[in-house]
Amino acid sequence: MTRLLVRGGTVVDETGTRRADVLIDGGAIAAVGEGLRAGDAGRVLDAGGCLVAPGLVDLHAHLRQPGHEEAETIETGARAAALGGYTAVVAMPNTEPAIDCASVVRDVLELAATAACAVHPAGAITAGRAGARLAPMAEMAALGVRLFTDDGAGVQDGRLMRRALEYGSALGATLAQHCEDDSLAAGGHLHEGEWSSRLGIPGIPAEAEELMVARDVALCRLTGAPVHFLHLSTAGSIALVRTAKAEGLAVTAEAAPHHFTLTAAAAAGYDPVYKVNPPLRTDADVAAVRAGLADGAIDAIATDHAPHPPEAKEAPFDQAPPGMLGLETALALGLTELVGGHGGAGPGLGVEALLGLLSWQPARIAGLTGEHGGPVEAGRGANLCVIDPDATWTVDPDRLASRSRNTPYAGRAMTGRVRHTLLRGELVVLDGEAQR
Amino acid sequence: MTRHLLAIDDLGDDGIEEVLRLTESFVEVSERAIPKVPTLRGRTVVSLFYEESTRTRLSFEAAAKRLSADTMNFNVGASAVAKGESLRDTVLTIEAMGVDAVIVRHASAGVPVQVARWVEASVINAGDGWHEHPTQALLDCYTLRERLGSLDGRRIAIVGDVKHSRVARSDVAAFASLGADVVLVAPPTLLPPSLVGWPVEVSHDLDEVLPKVDAVVLLRMQQERQNEALVPSLREYTATYGLTRRRAGLLSDGAVVMHPGPMNRGVEIAADVADLACSVVTRQVANGVAVRMAVLFLLLAAEARP
Amino acid sequence: MAERERRITPPYGGAFVARSRVMDADDVRRAVTRIAHEVVERNAGLDDVVVIGLQTGGVPLAQALAAELTRIEGATVPLGTLDVAFYRDDIGLRPVMPEAVTDIPSEVSGRTVVLVDDVLFTGRTIRAALNAVCDYGRPRAVQLAVMVDRGHRELPIRPDFVGKNLPTRRDEAVDVHLDGVDLGDLVRTRP
Repeated sequence: MTRLLVRGGTVVDETGTRRADVLIDGGAIAAVGEGLRAGDAGRVLDAGGCLVAPGLVDLHAHLRQPGHEEAETIETGARAAALGGYTAVVAMPNTEPAIDCASVVRDVLELAATAACAVHPAGAITAGRAGARLAPMAEMAALGVRLFTDDGAGVQDGRLMRRALEYGSALGATLAQHCEDDSLAAGGHLHEGEWSSRLGIPGIPAEAEELMVARDVALCRLTGAPVHFLHLSTAGSIALVRTAKAEGLAVTAEAAPHHFTLTAAAAAGYDPVYKVNPPLRTDADVAAVRAGLADGAIDAIATDHAPHPPEAKEAPFDQAPPGMLGLETALALGLTELVGGHGGAGPGLGVEALLGLLSWQPARIAGLTGEHGGPVEAGRGANLCVIDPDATWTVDPDRLASRSRNTPYAGRAMTGRVRHTLLRGELVVLDGEAQR
Repeated sequence: MTRHLLAIDDLGDDGIEEVLRLTESFVEVSERAIPKVPTLRGRTVVSLFYEESTRTRLSFEAAAKRLSADTMNFNVGASAVAKGESLRDTVLTIEAMGVDAVIVRHASAGVPVQVARWVEASVINAGDGWHEHPTQALLDCYTLRERLGSLDGRRIAIVGDVKHSRVARSDVAAFASLGADVVLVAPPTLLPPSLVGWPVEVSHDLDEVLPKVDAVVLLRMQQERQNEALVPSLREYTATYGLTRRRAGLLSDGAVVMHPGPMNRGVEIAADVADLACSVVTRQVANGVAVRMAVLFLLLAAEARP
Repeated sequence: MAERERRITPPYGGAFVARSRVMDADDVRRAVTRIAHEVVERNAGLDDVVVIGLQTGGVPLAQALAAELTRIEGATVPLGTLDVAFYRDDIGLRPVMPEAVTDIPSEVSGRTVVLVDDVLFTGRTIRAALNAVCDYGRPRAVQLAVMVDRGHRELPIRPDFVGKNLPTRRDEAVDVHLDGVDLGDLVRTRP
């Protein structure tokens, strides 16, 4: 591994923002400071005008492997992640078979060994994600799994969820809930409200999410075990989490980029690319997500990257699977929509706060701080991204690295782009091009 | 003029008037010794019905044939769909055969809108899920005008399962566009969750509404609604929202009773009410062909082609 | 009829600008009277004669002709109107909307139908009208009365009764009203 000098950039991490060069040697950060030299054999990356930050960490990506390689593989998903500035992603367990035992965890880790980004599988809470009995959480935890979830579905049974929280607490695990009460949400395909009524699409009420958030806040209080709320989408959910945090409960929450950028109105043309679960909601919900990101009620931006092949999204709206791509657009959406109050609707988040939501805060939730999201300082693993915050670009689905094309942002103008990504000191993205 | 008819709003206020004016011409054509005109000779119209509907399909087929178009029927059950072909592939295959119009019926809302994005041909929505059934609304408007004259300022009640009704969504848009006041009468469980943007009033008291309206549109009440806890039973539904003989007596003179069919006699409409003079149900069916001729004419013939 | 329709429908759209008056109101009235006499003479009376005006320009002339026939013979003639929009052969080339509902008041089978139009030009409208009339039944004969025959026929069609033969250039336009006939041009109002 060669020496590498990232020169002339602005380093942003949880300790603050400063002008500094970063010298990387042997996969780790060797020095941080002004006026560093690469030495004879070193390669120099000009980071003038760019931000140099810890690699981003996605708590929520569906990499589809094993089982749905036509939509995404760990290789293509990790490449998309690297291009989006991520050095670590948590892979959701709703694969086929589900990631619900040590052997599948091992398979995923093996496939991930050569990927352009670190892939940490989340384990299922229940066997086969069927919501009936607990999955062998301990054997998965022994392989390093820290996050458990049945994502794609919520654990409906309160008693089972309680047991999972209690059992997992001894493993240092965090249970992440996809909050959706099936009895209220079943058969729905769009946020229940003005647009579902107008379009004649069965709706999913906000309460289907909020009821489960409320239940799990109560279970968190009961068990003392940490609960992470996945992809919160409603004002009511965010208010519940804010109150729970004020009470001192061990709850954390994430929100997906589409929930702070799009509303149900996007589905007016019945394009299933705008079908996602939880569904796109209302302007008020978008405002609440933005407020939650700004005031700390929400800890992380997580992509809920959910690739589907084109034919799956060419089905009728109510038959198409929910989900949209996210890894390659999340950072740019944050910079475009949240930082500095762009578009007039943003809370005017600082770059530092945005990167906190994308990097060190999710890293803590995933238990990855030793390797990812930590301060840019000598001795740390060189998992970094170099961001040009002023670069403008337009989303072209055909140019995405993901195997699928289901981005809802096709044709949208973005500001801010990842220039380079370094994984353990190696350039996996150079000048916006994937190297792996 | 729009290239497709996917929803009533595609037509605009003027477009609805245009269709109704043309319908009059086609009603006249339908009454001739030879009820057929050569207008769409050489044009091909294909019916793509993913949901069985004999009446609507036959009505469109008759309309196309009376305009001298060639008609093709895509039989979904016997087709590649049964073999797992995607909706888009099916549609593109059909279009490759050279068709000028595709008439789409599907159990899922929005399918005609999606199809219109994929094809060059004109797309006509013949009913999609709970969304719209624009030609039904147009024929309802035409039938009402036959009996009532202008709809401006008229009061029309739409009674029953509005939530799951594509007819109701199209009727509301069309009636309102022609200046009528619409009142929806249904239990809250059978109303859409949100009525934001709907030009309607709501009532839960049919007895109170009936004396004040010029027309009543009854919607089909489906058996399965009682299994979904939307109504306790069809019996209770009929007792509170059915147009019984007694309730028909509350209607003012000249008020009209309509039903898009097929009727559940004894549920939303009493058996004997369906046959009263105020009922225009069979007139609706007759006008259906002329309205669909007007729509086909507008989309395929009236448009200047480059 | 062709003239008026073309005035309002692109791509022929434009405003009619009169250049010279060809017939005044008296000329038109006298022509109608003469045609009426010719109709009676040709058909040896008015038995089984049906007058049908073509929408829209032929309708007022048909009304005037029917009135004149009644005045001369003392019997009312069945009067109808026909819109040939659904029969045109240029559908798809330009928008052709029906102007009004066709109204054929009596049986045409076995009768003599006198079609009335304002201007006879290419003959295509009359071709469409012949097809349309035949969908109502099988007339014993169909005769054609026009106020102006301006030439330029594209089909083997000739009028039986003519108000005035008017040689024109193809690009000219003729405007027929009961109060006079003008020769002029269509001036494009928009591209």
